Amino acid sequence: MTEKVETLIEIKDLTFSRGERKIFDGITLSIPKGKITAIMGPSGSGKTTLLKLIAGQLPPDSGEVFVEGLNVHQLSRKKLYQLRRKMGMLFQSGALLADLNVFENVAFPLREHTKLPEEVIYALVLMKLQAVGLRGAKEMMPSELSGGMSRRVALARGIALDPEMIFYDEPFVGQDPITKGVLVKLIKTLNESLGLTSVLVSHDVDEVMMIADYICVISEGKLIAEGTKEALLNESTGYVNQFIHGLPDGPVPFHFPNVSYTDDLEGVHTGKRGLK
Amino acid sequence: MKKQTKIEIWVGAFVLMSLMALAYLAFQVSNFSGWKDRPTYEVSALFDNIGGLKERAPLKLSGVVIGRITAIEIDPISFKARVHMKIDQAFNQLPVDSSVSILTSGLLGDQYVGLEPGGDEEVLQQGSEIEMTQSAMVLEELIGQFLVKFSESD
Amino acid sequence: MSGFQRFLQNMGQGFLEKVAAFGRGSLFIWSILAAIPSALFRFDLLLKQIYVTGVLSLPIILMAGLFVGMVLSLQGYNILVEFNAEEAVGSMTALSLLRELGPVVGGLLFAGRAGSALTAEIGLMRSTEQISALEMMAVDPLKFIYAPRFLAVIIVLPLLVLIFNALGVFGGYLVSVSWLGVDSGAFWSQMSSQVDWQEDVLNGVIKSVAFGVLIAVIALFQGVNAIPSSEGVSNATTRTVVHASLGILGLDFILTSIMFN
Repeated sequence: MTEKVETLIEIKDLTFSRGERKIFDGITLSIPKGKITAIMGPSGSGKTTLLKLIAGQLPPDSGEVFVEGLNVHQLSRKKLYQLRRKMGMLFQSGALLADLNVFENVAFPLREHTKLPEEVIYALVLMKLQAVGLRGAKEMMPSELSGGMSRRVALARGIALDPEMIFYDEPFVGQDPITKGVLVKLIKTLNESLGLTSVLVSHDVDEVMMIADYICVISEGKLIAEGTKEALLNESTGYVNQFIHGLPDGPVPFHFPNVSYTDDLEGVHTGKRGLK
Repeated sequence: MKKQTKIEIWVGAFVLMSLMALAYLAFQVSNFSGWKDRPTYEVSALFDNIGGLKERAPLKLSGVVIGRITAIEIDPISFKARVHMKIDQAFNQLPVDSSVSILTSGLLGDQYVGLEPGGDEEVLQQGSEIEMTQSAMVLEELIGQFLVKFSESD
Repeated sequence: MSGFQRFLQNMGQGFLEKVAAFGRGSLFIWSILAAIPSALFRFDLLLKQIYVTGVLSLPIILMAGLFVGMVLSLQGYNILVEFNAEEAVGSMTALSLLRELGPVVGGLLFAGRAGSALTAEIGLMRSTEQISALEMMAVDPLKFIYAPRFLAVIIVLPLLVLIFNALGVFGGYLVSVSWLGVDSGAFWSQMSSQVDWQEDVLNGVIKSVAFGVLIAVIALFQGVNAIPSSEGVSNATTRTVVHASLGILGLDFILTSIMFN
């Protein structure tokens, strides 16, 4: 890219493991300001964990994360919570507060963090709900919403405080094509109209290709590709090729590692259940 | 906001209920009105043997409770039992030569201290000591005395 | 030799895990205690939790108190009448209720009714990422979720136990005076001469506060540490009831031996 981009989030040599399993092994990447960056990878590669590390919800084993030049994991609780007011996060399940209705859910961050009068809150909430097209559902309870609707409400809640950056955790998983289309459009328009920095964690290649400016691919704890979507689409070999084009076999084998099929059938290793 | 009002009313009713329960337990069930807040004065007495007397046992005058035992200890000089008792300030005209004895309510009941007023002009005050005491009847000693007398007369 | 080594290893590992869990628990309790002052400023949240844990537990506490008192005096009457001491049924009922049964039965019922609900609620909030969402919205779950619940349980249980005791005594009065014909004057006078305000009533309240702390700690800790799945939450709920019930009985013994000896 020729234009000079400002970096908002910088991850340096990040390592994180859960028990014995290493989830990230020395990841370094930077996320530009005002763009849509997608972090892609197969299921179980810890993409959600990466978002939680960026937001300071989990401490890393080693490495650093800088958001707006602040080292997230060195911040005091108070400073961290101040930083989080500039962040919005859209969880996979929506994560709406179950005992509040749609209106109150969107109003929640406003009520907690501002002392705005009730009329202003009312106007703001309606505006956010209008942006996600759910003004008509403001009296409904979270349990009455479909998955796509609760994600849209959660999105309205995420932008209630006009954050500077917003994280989407698998926004397209398990949604029908129409809802996916709605979410794609929402993410795109929100990014443009509010000047947000969006970080998108997903493995839905088609949708990501439609909206992402930058793409990072993570596999087995390492960053294996990074670049604009054109650059990644043109890659014709190796893992990135397999992932982007959804090929069943390649560097990631179709079969889970095992002894040879014939040996298993004859019971050579286990000594039981043999065919003989 | 309507929901919040409902919650407030219910919580208010709940707290009120528990306060009523507390008042009921205090005034109807226990002896709260008894000796806690009224002014008292403390006197003591030495007994040879207090039998089964316990702290908090009542002090009675003609069967009416006028005070309570607050502490029982051994007097370090005489090796007798020193019984401290609190008397309601309302009964502050008790003669200083009154006597106390350890009695039993009923055949198997709890032991209490009975006060028998004397005739002196002076009255008991905070820190006074009652000189005349009669110890508890101990059943074993009674039987022992009875057996001794029985064998002597034989 | 290798078997022995493995045995030692397992033992050491288990011990370390227990120590780590204990450390996590203490840290958690400490951070809740630190968040309590700010929870006091959120009176609306506290009020809501008092409603959820206290007011909604009232029906079961009312019923149980009445019946426990009635049964106690019925049994007591049957024993005492043999010694011609049926007037003492009032003091016997009141003493057993105030000293033991009120706090213990009230605590057990409360652990089953409100403690389990607390664990399930927090477990579900975690498994549906609501707690994470709060953190991301810069709302501290310690202040918003845990501390109000902790405080509410400790406030509510003594109040419920007081109501339980009062109703129990009333139930005893109904059975022995109205039904079995014990003299009403003797019933009350025996009771108030035997029951001490400080030693019996207040000690019972102190006990119930201690049980409240125990239930709150266990319920919150199990909720927070529940594996975020439906099975994990249901296991955690069961553990809350079992641990809290055993804890209440054990703690009751310790407190009784300190208070009444």
